[in-house]
Amino acid sequence: MSALNIENLFVRYGTKDVVQDVSIRVGQGESYALVGESGSGKSTILRAVVGMASDWRGTIQVDGQPRSAMGQGAFARHCQMVFQDPFASLHPRRTVDATLSEPLRIHGIGDHADRVVEMMRSVGLDPRYRFRFPHQLSGGQRQRVAIARALMLDPKLLLLDEPTSALDVSVQAEILNLLVRLREDRGLTYVLVTHALPVVSFLCDRLGVLHKGGLVEEADVSVLRSGAFQQPYARDLYAASLGAGDRTRRAG
Amino acid sequence: MPPLLELKNLRVSFPGPRGPVEVVRGVSFDLGRERLGIVGESGSGKSLTGRSILRLLRPPAKVSVDHLRFDGQDLMAMSDRQMRAVRGARISMVMQDPRYSLNPVMTVGAQIAEALRVHERIPRRAVRARVLDMLEKVRIHDPEHVMRLYPHEVSGGMGQRVMIAMMLIPKPDILIADEPTSALDVSVQAQVLDLIEEMIAENGMGLILISHDLDLVARYCDRVLVMNRGEVVEELQAGALHSAQHPYTRGLLESVPRMNETRRFLPVMDRVAGMGT
Repeated sequence: MSALNIENLFVRYGTKDVVQDVSIRVGQGESYALVGESGSGKSTILRAVVGMASDWRGTIQVDGQPRSAMGQGAFARHCQMVFQDPFASLHPRRTVDATLSEPLRIHGIGDHADRVVEMMRSVGLDPRYRFRFPHQLSGGQRQRVAIARALMLDPKLLLLDEPTSALDVSVQAEILNLLVRLREDRGLTYVLVTHALPVVSFLCDRLGVLHKGGLVEEADVSVLRSGAFQQPYARDLYAASLGAGDRTRRAG
Repeated sequence: MPPLLELKNLRVSFPGPRGPVEVVRGVSFDLGRERLGIVGESGSGKSLTGRSILRLLRPPAKVSVDHLRFDGQDLMAMSDRQMRAVRGARISMVMQDPRYSLNPVMTVGAQIAEALRVHERIPRRAVRARVLDMLEKVRIHDPEHVMRLYPHEVSGGMGQRVMIAMMLIPKPDILIADEPTSALDVSVQAQVLDLIEEMIAENGMGLILISHDLDLVARYCDRVLVMNRGEVVEELQAGALHSAQHPYTRGLLESVPRMNETRRFLPVMDRVAGMGT
Protein backbone atom coordinates (compact mmCIF):
# COMPACT_ATOMS: atom_id res chain seq x y z
CA MET A 1 0.00 0.00 0.00
CA SER A 2 1.53 3.29 -1.04
CA ALA A 3 1.61 6.38 1.17
CA LEU A 4 0.40 8.58 -1.64
CA ASN A 5 -1.09 7.36 -4.87
CA ILE A 6 -2.05 9.83 -7.57
CA GLU A 7 -3.57 8.58 -10.81
CA ASN A 8 -4.50 10.59 -13.88
CA LEU A 9 -4.70 13.81 -11.94
CA PHE A 10 -5.93 16.95 -13.68
CA VAL A 11 -6.07 20.22 -11.72
CA ARG A 12 -7.88 23.20 -13.14
CA TYR A 13 -7.40 26.89 -12.35
CA GLY A 14 -10.21 28.80 -14.02
CA THR A 15 -10.69 27.19 -17.42
CA LYS A 16 -7.18 25.86 -17.82
CA ASP A 17 -5.81 22.50 -16.72
CA VAL A 18 -2.50 23.41 -15.06
CA VAL A 19 -1.79 19.81 -14.16
CA GLN A 20 -2.49 17.28 -16.88
CA ASP A 21 -2.73 13.55 -16.44
CA VAL A 22 -0.10 13.12 -13.74
CA SER A 23 0.28 9.74 -12.03
CA ILE A 24 2.75 9.20 -9.23
CA ARG A 25 3.06 6.61 -6.49
CA VAL A 26 5.04 7.28 -3.33
CA GLY A 27 5.85 4.29 -1.12
CA GLN A 28 5.73 4.20 2.70
CA GLY A 29 8.80 5.86 4.15
CA GLU A 30 9.98 7.05 0.78
CA SER A 31 11.21 10.56 0.01
CA TYR A 32 9.95 11.67 -3.37
CA ALA A 33 10.68 14.95 -5.17
CA LEU A 34 8.69 16.84 -7.76
CA VAL A 35 10.95 19.15 -9.72
CA GLY A 36 10.36 21.65 -12.50
CA GLU A 37 10.37 25.33 -13.37
CA SER A 38 7.86 27.81 -12.03
CA GLY A 39 4.51 27.19 -13.67
CA SER A 40 5.19 23.49 -14.18
CA GLY A 41 2.39 22.57 -11.75
CA LYS A 42 4.55 21.02 -9.06
CA SER A 43 3.13 23.03 -6.16
CA THR A 44 -0.38 22.69 -7.56
CA ILE A 45 -0.22 18.92 -7.13
CA LEU A 46 0.51 19.35 -3.43
CA ARG A 47 -2.25 21.92 -3.15
CA ALA A 48 -4.71 19.47 -4.66
CA VAL A 49 -3.64 16.78 -2.19
CA VAL A 50 -4.18 18.99 0.86
CA GLY A 51 -7.39 20.50 -0.52
CA MET A 52 -6.21 24.00 -1.33
CA ALA A 53 -6.98 23.50 -5.02
CA SER A 54 -10.44 22.00 -5.13
CA ASP A 55 -11.09 21.73 -8.85
CA TRP A 56 -9.41 18.44 -9.66
CA ARG A 57 -10.27 15.20 -11.41
CA GLY A 58 -8.62 11.80 -11.14
CA THR A 59 -7.62 9.74 -8.14
CA ILE A 60 -5.79 10.83 -5.03
CA GLN A 61 -5.32 8.10 -2.45
CA VAL A 62 -3.59 8.65 0.85
CA ASP A 63 -2.54 5.49 2.64
CA GLY A 64 -4.87 3.45 0.41
CA GLN A 65 -7.93 5.56 1.17
CA PRO A 66 -9.48 7.92 -1.37
CA ARG A 67 -8.81 11.54 -0.41
CA SER A 68 -12.46 12.43 -0.59
CA ALA A 69 -13.37 9.69 1.91
CA MET A 70 -11.10 11.15 4.58
CA GLY A 71 -12.52 13.82 6.86
CA GLN A 72 -10.58 17.03 7.46
CA GLY A 73 -9.56 15.91 10.93
CA ALA A 74 -8.37 12.46 9.97
CA PHE A 75 -6.51 13.88 7.00
CA ALA A 76 -4.81 16.55 9.12
CA ARG A 77 -3.62 13.88 11.55
CA HIS A 78 -2.16 11.88 8.71
CA CYS A 79 -0.73 14.49 6.35
CA GLN A 80 0.69 17.98 6.85
CA MET A 81 2.34 20.57 4.68
CA VAL A 82 5.33 22.91 5.14
CA PHE A 83 5.37 26.04 3.00
CA GLN A 84 8.13 27.90 1.26
CA ASP A 85 8.20 31.19 3.03
CA PRO A 86 8.31 31.04 6.84
CA PHE A 87 7.79 34.82 6.86
CA ALA A 88 4.36 34.40 5.32
CA SER A 89 3.20 31.07 6.70
CA LEU A 90 3.26 31.88 10.42
CA HIS A 91 0.63 34.04 12.08
CA PRO A 92 2.44 37.29 12.94
CA ARG A 93 0.49 37.89 16.14
CA ARG A 94 0.75 34.42 17.63
CA THR A 95 3.62 33.24 19.76
CA VAL A 96 5.44 30.03 18.97
CA ASP A 97 3.50 28.45 21.82
CA ALA A 98 0.11 29.51 20.41
CA THR A 99 1.06 28.37 16.90
CA LEU A 100 2.20 24.96 18.10
CA SER A 101 -0.64 24.27 20.51
CA GLU A 102 -3.43 25.21 18.09
CA PRO A 103 -3.45 21.84 16.30
CA LEU A 104 -3.57 20.09 19.71
CA ARG A 105 -6.54 22.18 20.80
CA ILE A 106 -8.44 21.56 17.56
CA HIS A 107 -7.93 17.82 17.83
CA GLY A 108 -8.72 17.70 21.55
CA ILE A 109 -5.29 16.54 22.62
CA GLY A 110 -4.29 17.58 26.15
CA ASP A 111 -0.94 18.13 27.76
CA HIS A 112 -0.10 21.14 25.58
CA ALA A 113 2.90 22.47 27.46
CA ASP A 114 4.89 19.25 27.54
CA ARG A 115 4.16 18.43 23.94
CA VAL A 116 5.12 21.90 22.72
CA VAL A 117 8.41 21.87 24.60
CA GLU A 118 9.22 18.35 23.46
CA MET A 119 8.50 19.25 19.83
CA MET A 120 10.59 22.41 20.04
CA ARG A 121 13.51 20.33 21.30
CA SER A 122 13.14 17.80 18.52
CA VAL A 123 13.28 20.46 15.80
CA GLY A 124 16.29 22.08 17.46
CA LEU A 125 14.60 25.16 18.90
CA ASP A 126 15.59 26.22 22.38
CA PRO A 127 12.44 26.16 24.60
CA ARG A 128 13.25 29.70 25.74
CA TYR A 129 11.87 30.87 22.37
CA ARG A 130 8.46 29.47 23.29
CA PHE A 131 6.76 32.79 23.97
CA ARG A 132 8.34 34.75 21.14
CA PHE A 133 6.54 36.13 18.12
CA PRO A 134 7.63 35.26 14.57
CA HIS A 135 9.22 38.68 14.01
CA GLN A 136 11.56 37.97 16.92
CA LEU A 137 12.93 34.88 15.19
CA SER A 138 15.37 34.46 12.31
CA GLY A 139 14.35 32.84 9.03
CA GLY A 140 15.82 29.49 10.00
CA GLN A 141 14.09 29.52 13.38
CA ARG A 142 10.79 30.36 11.74
CA GLN A 143 11.11 27.47 9.34
CA ARG A 144 11.79 25.22 12.34
CA VAL A 145 8.55 26.49 13.90
CA ALA A 146 6.69 25.75 10.65
CA ILE A 147 8.11 22.22 10.61
CA ALA A 148 7.26 21.76 14.30
CA ARG A 149 3.69 22.87 13.66
CA ALA A 150 3.38 20.34 10.84
CA LEU A 151 4.63 17.58 13.14
CA MET A 152 2.46 18.38 16.19
CA LEU A 153 -0.20 15.83 15.26
CA ASP A 154 2.42 13.18 14.54
CA PRO A 155 1.56 12.79 10.82
CA LYS A 156 3.06 10.12 8.61
CA LEU A 157 3.12 12.03 5.34
CA LEU A 158 4.80 15.43 5.08
CA LEU A 159 4.41 17.62 2.00
CA LEU A 160 7.28 20.10 1.65
CA ASP A 161 6.82 23.00 -0.74
CA GLU A 162 10.28 24.53 -1.37
CA PRO A 163 11.10 24.38 2.34
CA THR A 164 14.56 25.93 2.04
CA SER A 165 14.49 28.22 -0.98
CA ALA A 166 13.87 31.35 1.11
CA LEU A 167 16.87 30.62 3.35
CA ASP A 168 20.60 31.29 3.25
CA VAL A 169 22.84 28.40 2.25
CA SER A 170 24.23 27.75 5.71
CA VAL A 171 20.72 27.85 7.21
CA GLN A 172 19.48 25.65 4.38
CA ALA A 173 22.07 23.07 5.41
CA GLU A 174 20.73 23.08 8.98
CA ILE A 175 17.11 22.66 7.89
CA LEU A 176 17.99 19.89 5.42
CA ASN A 177 19.88 18.04 8.16
CA LEU A 178 16.87 18.44 10.42
CA LEU A 179 14.59 16.97 7.75
CA VAL A 180 16.89 13.98 7.29
CA ARG A 181 16.99 13.32 11.03
CA LEU A 182 13.24 13.73 11.54
CA ARG A 183 12.52 11.32 8.73
CA GLU A 184 14.73 8.68 10.33
CA ASP A 185 13.38 9.22 13.84
CA ARG A 186 9.72 9.30 12.92
CA GLY A 187 9.54 7.12 9.84
CA LEU A 188 8.08 9.95 7.78
CA THR A 189 7.24 9.92 4.10
CA TYR A 190 8.24 13.10 2.25
CA VAL A 191 6.92 14.62 -0.92
CA LEU A 192 9.21 17.54 -1.71
CA VAL A 193 8.57 20.21 -4.30
CA THR A 194 11.64 22.13 -5.39
CA HIS A 195 13.51 23.64 -8.29
CA ALA A 196 16.90 22.95 -6.73
CA LEU A 197 18.17 19.60 -7.98
CA PRO A 198 21.11 19.37 -5.54
CA VAL A 199 18.61 19.47 -2.64
CA VAL A 200 16.82 16.50 -4.22
CA SER A 201 20.09 14.66 -4.46
CA PHE A 202 20.65 15.18 -0.75
CA LEU A 203 17.17 14.50 0.59
CA CYS A 204 15.27 12.20 -1.77
CA ASP A 205 15.16 8.66 -3.10
CA ARG A 206 13.23 9.25 -6.29
CA LEU A 207 12.07 12.22 -8.37
CA GLY A 208 9.53 13.17 -11.00
CA VAL A 209 10.28 15.90 -13.53
CA LEU A 210 7.34 18.11 -14.43
CA HIS A 211 7.05 20.37 -17.45
CA LYS A 212 4.04 22.45 -18.40
CA GLY A 213 1.74 20.46 -16.13
CA GLY A 214 2.76 17.02 -17.35
CA LEU A 215 5.07 14.41 -15.84
CA VAL A 216 8.03 14.15 -18.21
CA GLU A 217 10.15 11.54 -16.49
CA GLU A 218 10.44 9.64 -13.25
CA ALA A 219 13.84 8.52 -12.09
CA ASP A 220 15.82 7.16 -9.21
CA VAL A 221 18.10 9.63 -7.45
CA SER A 222 21.12 7.72 -8.81
CA VAL A 223 20.05 8.86 -12.28
CA LEU A 224 20.06 12.44 -11.02
CA ARG A 225 23.54 12.06 -9.58
CA SER A 226 24.93 10.86 -12.89
CA GLY A 227 22.70 13.07 -15.02
CA ALA A 228 21.62 10.15 -17.21
CA PHE A 229 18.05 11.26 -17.84
CA GLN A 230 16.10 9.77 -20.75
CA GLN A 231 14.04 12.76 -21.78
CA PRO A 232 15.53 15.85 -23.45
CA TYR A 233 13.65 18.25 -21.15
CA ALA A 234 14.97 16.53 -18.02
CA ARG A 235 18.49 16.68 -19.43
CA ASP A 236 18.08 20.42 -20.16
CA LEU A 237 16.90 21.08 -16.63
CA TYR A 238 19.84 19.11 -15.28
CA ALA A 239 22.29 21.05 -17.45
CA ALA A 240 20.80 24.39 -16.41
CA SER A 241 21.10 23.46 -12.73
CA LEU A 242 24.72 22.48 -13.22
CA GLY A 243 25.31 25.92 -14.64
CA ALA A 244 24.39 27.42 -11.30
CA GLY A 245 26.92 25.34 -9.45
CA ASP A 246 28.92 22.38 -10.54
CA ARG A 247 30.26 23.64 -13.83
CA THR A 248 33.14 25.50 -12.22
CA ARG A 249 33.92 22.54 -10.05
CA ARG A 250 34.35 20.43 -13.13
CA ALA A 251 36.36 22.99 -15.02
CA GLY A 252 38.56 23.86 -12.07
CA MET B 1 46.19 55.18 -14.21
CA PRO B 2 43.98 55.28 -11.13
CA PRO B 3 41.29 52.61 -10.87
CA LEU B 4 37.80 53.40 -12.15
CA LEU B 5 36.32 53.17 -8.68
CA GLU B 6 38.15 53.44 -5.39
CA LEU B 7 36.40 52.65 -2.16
CA LYS B 8 38.27 52.98 1.10
CA ASN B 9 37.03 52.12 4.57
CA LEU B 10 33.26 52.19 4.00
CA ARG B 11 31.23 52.09 7.20
CA VAL B 12 27.44 52.03 7.43
CA SER B 13 25.54 52.15 10.70
CA PHE B 14 21.92 52.25 11.78
CA PRO B 15 20.66 53.59 15.10
CA GLY B 16 19.65 50.81 17.49
CA PRO B 17 18.09 50.76 20.93
CA ARG B 18 21.56 50.43 22.46
CA GLY B 19 23.42 52.93 20.31
CA PRO B 20 24.36 52.74 16.64
CA VAL B 21 24.80 49.29 15.10
CA GLU B 22 27.54 49.07 12.54
CA VAL B 23 26.48 46.79 9.68
CA VAL B 24 29.28 47.51 7.20
CA ARG B 25 32.61 47.69 8.97
CA GLY B 26 35.45 49.03 6.91
CA VAL B 27 35.06 47.67 3.39
CA SER B 28 37.70 48.76 0.87
CA PHE B 29 38.28 47.76 -2.73
CA ASP B 30 39.35 49.11 -6.10
CA LEU B 31 37.51 48.32 -9.27
CA GLY B 32 38.91 48.62 -12.78
CA ARG B 33 37.21 47.53 -15.96
CA GLU B 34 36.84 44.06 -14.54
CA ARG B 35 34.26 41.81 -12.97
CA LEU B 36 34.16 41.82 -9.20
CA GLY B 37 31.90 39.55 -7.16
CA ILE B 38 30.69 40.22 -3.63
CA VAL B 39 29.37 37.16 -1.80
CA GLY B 40 27.81 36.79 1.61
CA GLU B 41 24.70 35.68 3.45
CA SER B 42 21.77 37.87 4.38
CA GLY B 43 22.88 40.57 6.75
CA SER B 44 26.49 40.47 5.64
CA GLY B 45 26.30 44.01 4.29
CA LYS B 46 26.85 43.17 0.63
CA SER B 47 23.79 44.99 -0.71
CA LEU B 48 24.42 48.01 1.50
CA THR B 49 27.92 48.20 0.05
CA GLY B 50 26.45 48.28 -3.46
CA ARG B 51 23.92 50.92 -2.54
CA SER B 52 26.46 53.10 -0.73
CA ILE B 53 28.48 53.42 -3.91
CA LEU B 54 25.50 55.07 -5.59
CA ARG B 55 24.75 57.04 -2.40
CA LEU B 56 21.30 55.53 -2.30
CA LEU B 57 21.16 55.11 1.48
CA ARG B 58 19.02 57.66 3.28
CA PRO B 59 18.85 58.50 6.97
CA PRO B 60 18.63 56.89 9.50
CA ALA B 61 21.46 55.01 7.81
CA LYS B 62 24.80 56.71 8.43
CA VAL B 63 27.49 56.25 5.83
CA SER B 64 31.09 57.21 6.36
CA VAL B 65 33.94 56.57 4.01
CA ASP B 66 37.59 57.64 3.83
CA HIS B 67 37.30 58.09 0.13
CA LEU B 68 34.96 57.06 -2.64
CA ARG B 69 36.34 58.13 -5.99
CA PHE B 70 34.90 57.34 -9.38
CA ASP B 71 36.81 58.25 -12.52
CA GLY B 72 38.86 60.82 -10.62
CA GLN B 73 35.83 62.51 -9.02
CA ASP B 74 34.93 62.40 -5.37
CA LEU B 75 31.40 60.97 -5.19
CA MET B 76 30.90 61.94 -1.55
CA ALA B 77 31.54 65.62 -2.31
CA MET B 78 28.98 65.78 -5.11
CA SER B 79 25.68 67.61 -4.80
CA ASP B 80 22.46 65.65 -5.30
CA ARG B 81 22.11 67.14 -8.77
CA GLN B 82 25.62 66.06 -9.78
CA MET B 83 24.99 62.64 -8.26
CA ARG B 84 21.88 62.17 -10.38
CA ALA B 85 24.02 62.72 -13.46
CA VAL B 86 26.25 59.85 -12.35
CA ARG B 87 23.50 57.44 -11.36
CA GLY B 88 22.18 55.58 -14.34
CA ALA B 89 24.42 57.35 -16.85
CA ARG B 90 27.84 56.37 -15.48
CA ILE B 91 27.08 53.80 -12.77
CA SER B 92 23.85 51.84 -12.94
CA MET B 93 22.25 49.09 -10.95
CA VAL B 94 20.16 46.01 -11.73
CA MET B 95 17.94 44.99 -8.83
CA GLN B 96 16.79 41.58 -7.74
CA ASP B 97 13.18 41.30 -8.76
CA PRO B 98 11.88 42.76 -12.03
CA ARG B 99 8.34 42.58 -10.70
CA TYR B 100 9.07 45.26 -8.13
CA SER B 101 11.62 47.36 -9.92
CA LEU B 102 9.76 48.08 -13.17
CA ASN B 103 7.03 50.70 -13.26
CA PRO B 104 3.76 48.78 -13.61
CA VAL B 105 1.87 51.57 -15.42
CA MET B 106 4.45 52.32 -18.13
CA THR B 107 5.11 50.18 -21.17
CA VAL B 108 8.46 48.50 -21.40
CA GLY B 109 9.46 50.64 -24.38
CA ALA B 110 8.57 53.89 -22.63
CA GLN B 111 10.62 52.95 -19.57
CA ILE B 112 13.71 52.13 -21.56
CA ALA B 113 13.30 55.33 -23.58
CA GLU B 114 12.99 57.33 -20.38
CA ALA B 115 16.28 55.95 -19.11
CA LEU B 116 17.90 57.28 -22.26
CA ARG B 117 16.11 60.63 -22.45
CA VAL B 118 16.89 61.59 -18.87
CA HIS B 119 20.59 61.54 -19.62
CA GLU B 120 20.86 62.55 -23.27
CA ARG B 121 19.05 64.98 -25.53
CA ILE B 122 18.34 63.10 -28.71
CA PRO B 123 15.50 63.17 -31.27
CA ARG B 124 12.50 60.97 -30.68
CA ARG B 125 13.07 58.83 -33.75
CA ALA B 126 16.64 58.12 -32.66
CA VAL B 127 15.39 57.17 -29.20
CA ARG B 128 13.04 54.62 -30.68
CA ALA B 129 15.76 53.17 -32.87
CA ARG B 130 18.11 52.81 -29.93
CA VAL B 131 15.45 51.19 -27.76
CA LEU B 132 14.70 48.66 -30.49
CA ASP B 133 18.38 48.04 -30.98
CA MET B 134 18.93 47.56 -27.25
CA LEU B 135 16.02 45.15 -26.91
CA GLU B 136 17.46 43.11 -29.75
CA LYS B 137 20.83 43.10 -28.02
CA VAL B 138 19.32 41.63 -24.88
CA ARG B 139 17.89 38.92 -27.14
CA ILE B 140 14.23 39.82 -27.13
CA HIS B 141 12.94 38.41 -30.34
CA ASP B 142 10.06 40.61 -31.31
CA PRO B 143 11.12 44.02 -29.94
CA GLU B 144 8.39 45.94 -31.81
CA HIS B 145 5.81 43.89 -29.94
CA VAL B 146 7.56 43.76 -26.56
CA MET B 147 8.01 47.55 -26.49
CA ARG B 148 4.27 47.96 -26.23
CA LEU B 149 3.82 45.46 -23.38
CA TYR B 150 3.40 46.34 -19.71
CA PRO B 151 5.62 44.69 -17.08
CA HIS B 152 2.89 42.29 -15.94
CA GLU B 153 2.63 40.95 -19.47
CA VAL B 154 6.23 39.74 -19.64
CA SER B 155 7.82 36.76 -17.87
CA GLY B 156 10.38 37.10 -15.07
CA GLY B 157 13.31 36.34 -17.33
CA MET B 158 12.13 38.79 -19.96
CA GLY B 159 11.47 41.42 -17.27
CA GLN B 160 15.05 41.08 -16.08
CA ARG B 161 16.30 41.43 -19.65
CA VAL B 162 14.24 44.61 -19.95
CA MET B 163 15.86 45.86 -16.74
CA ILE B 164 19.29 45.12 -18.15
CA ALA B 165 18.41 46.90 -21.38
CA MET B 166 17.27 49.92 -19.39
CA MET B 167 20.45 49.98 -17.33
CA LEU B 168 22.78 49.57 -20.27
CA ILE B 169 21.20 51.92 -22.77
CA PRO B 170 22.95 55.06 -21.40
CA LYS B 171 26.25 53.13 -21.78
CA PRO B 172 27.43 53.29 -18.13
CA ASP B 173 30.99 52.58 -17.02
CA ILE B 174 30.03 50.41 -14.09
CA LEU B 175 27.09 48.05 -13.66
CA ILE B 176 26.13 46.96 -10.15
CA ALA B 177 23.99 43.83 -10.27
CA ASP B 178 22.42 43.02 -6.90
CA GLU B 179 21.19 39.41 -6.94
CA PRO B 180 20.10 39.81 -10.57
CA THR B 181 18.91 36.24 -10.93
CA SER B 182 17.70 35.02 -7.56
CA ALA B 183 14.05 35.66 -8.45
CA LEU B 184 14.40 33.63 -11.66
CA ASP B 185 14.15 29.97 -12.58
CA VAL B 186 17.39 28.02 -12.92
CA SER B 187 16.88 27.58 -16.64
CA VAL B 188 16.64 31.36 -17.12
CA GLN B 189 19.40 32.32 -14.66
CA ALA B 190 22.22 31.21 -16.90
CA GLN B 191 20.77 33.11 -19.88
CA VAL B 192 20.52 36.36 -17.93
CA LEU B 193 24.02 36.07 -16.53
CA ASP B 194 25.49 35.14 -19.91
CA LEU B 195 23.82 38.24 -21.28
CA ILE B 196 25.29 40.48 -18.57
CA GLU B 197 28.71 38.95 -19.17
CA GLU B 198 28.46 39.54 -22.91
CA MET B 199 27.31 43.15 -22.52
CA ILE B 200 30.13 43.86 -20.07
CA ALA B 201 32.70 42.46 -22.46
CA GLU B 202 31.24 44.32 -25.43
CA ASN B 203 31.21 47.73 -23.75
CA GLY B 204 34.39 47.29 -21.69
CA MET B 205 32.59 48.07 -18.44
CA GLY B 206 33.24 47.27 -14.81
CA LEU B 207 30.83 44.89 -13.08
CA ILE B 208 30.02 44.39 -9.41
CA LEU B 209 27.97 41.23 -9.03
CA ILE B 210 26.38 40.84 -5.61
CA SER B 211 25.03 37.42 -4.72
CA HIS B 212 24.73 34.82 -2.00
CA ASP B 213 25.73 32.09 -4.44
CA LEU B 214 29.49 31.55 -4.33
CA ASP B 215 29.66 29.25 -7.29
CA LEU B 216 27.65 31.52 -9.50
CA VAL B 217 29.79 34.51 -8.63
CA ALA B 218 32.97 32.55 -9.19
CA ARG B 219 31.76 31.56 -12.62
CA TYR B 220 31.03 35.09 -13.82
CA CYS B 221 33.69 37.16 -12.06
CA ASP B 222 37.45 37.59 -12.12
CA ARG B 223 37.77 38.35 -8.43
CA VAL B 224 35.52 37.57 -5.46
CA LEU B 225 35.18 39.31 -2.10
CA VAL B 226 33.61 37.20 0.64
CA MET B 227 31.73 39.24 3.23
CA ASN B 228 30.60 38.20 6.68
CA ARG B 229 29.05 40.44 9.31
CA GLY B 230 29.99 43.65 7.55
CA GLU B 231 33.61 42.80 6.82
CA VAL B 232 35.47 41.42 3.87
CA VAL B 233 36.88 38.18 5.27
CA GLU B 234 38.64 36.95 2.15
CA GLU B 235 39.51 38.02 -1.35
CA LEU B 236 39.89 35.30 -3.94
CA GLN B 237 40.69 34.91 -7.59
CA ALA B 238 37.64 33.26 -9.12
CA GLY B 239 39.62 30.24 -10.30
CA ALA B 240 41.02 29.67 -6.83
CA LEU B 241 37.66 29.57 -5.09
CA HIS B 242 38.05 26.03 -3.92
CA SER B 243 41.38 26.68 -2.34
CA ALA B 244 39.75 29.26 -0.04
CA GLN B 245 41.43 29.48 3.35
CA HIS B 246 39.06 31.39 5.58
CA PRO B 247 36.83 29.13 7.72
CA TYR B 248 33.75 31.15 6.83
CA THR B 249 34.32 30.75 3.09
CA ARG B 250 35.06 27.05 3.54
CA GLY B 251 31.89 26.69 5.61
CA LEU B 252 29.82 28.34 2.91
CA LEU B 253 31.26 26.09 0.22
CA GLU B 254 30.79 22.92 2.23
CA SER B 255 27.22 23.60 3.29
CA VAL B 256 25.84 23.60 -0.25
CA PRO B 257 24.35 20.28 -1.37
CA ARG B 258 25.93 18.96 -4.55
CA MET B 259 24.35 17.33 -7.53
CA ASN B 260 26.02 14.00 -6.79
CA GLU B 261 25.45 14.24 -3.07
CA THR B 262 26.38 11.26 -0.91
CA ARG B 263 26.96 12.90 2.47
CA ARG B 264 24.41 11.86 5.07
CA PHE B 265 24.52 15.21 6.83
CA LEU B 266 25.73 18.59 5.61
CA PRO B 267 28.35 20.39 7.66
CA VAL B 268 26.95 23.44 9.41
CA MET B 269 28.71 26.51 10.68
CA ASP B 270 29.34 27.26 14.31
CA ARG B 271 27.40 30.36 15.05
CA VAL B 272 28.82 33.09 17.15
CA ALA B 273 26.55 34.16 19.98
CA GLY B 274 23.95 36.65 18.86
CA MET B 275 23.64 35.53 15.27
CA GLY B 276 22.13 32.09 15.93
CA THR B 277 19.51 30.49 13.75
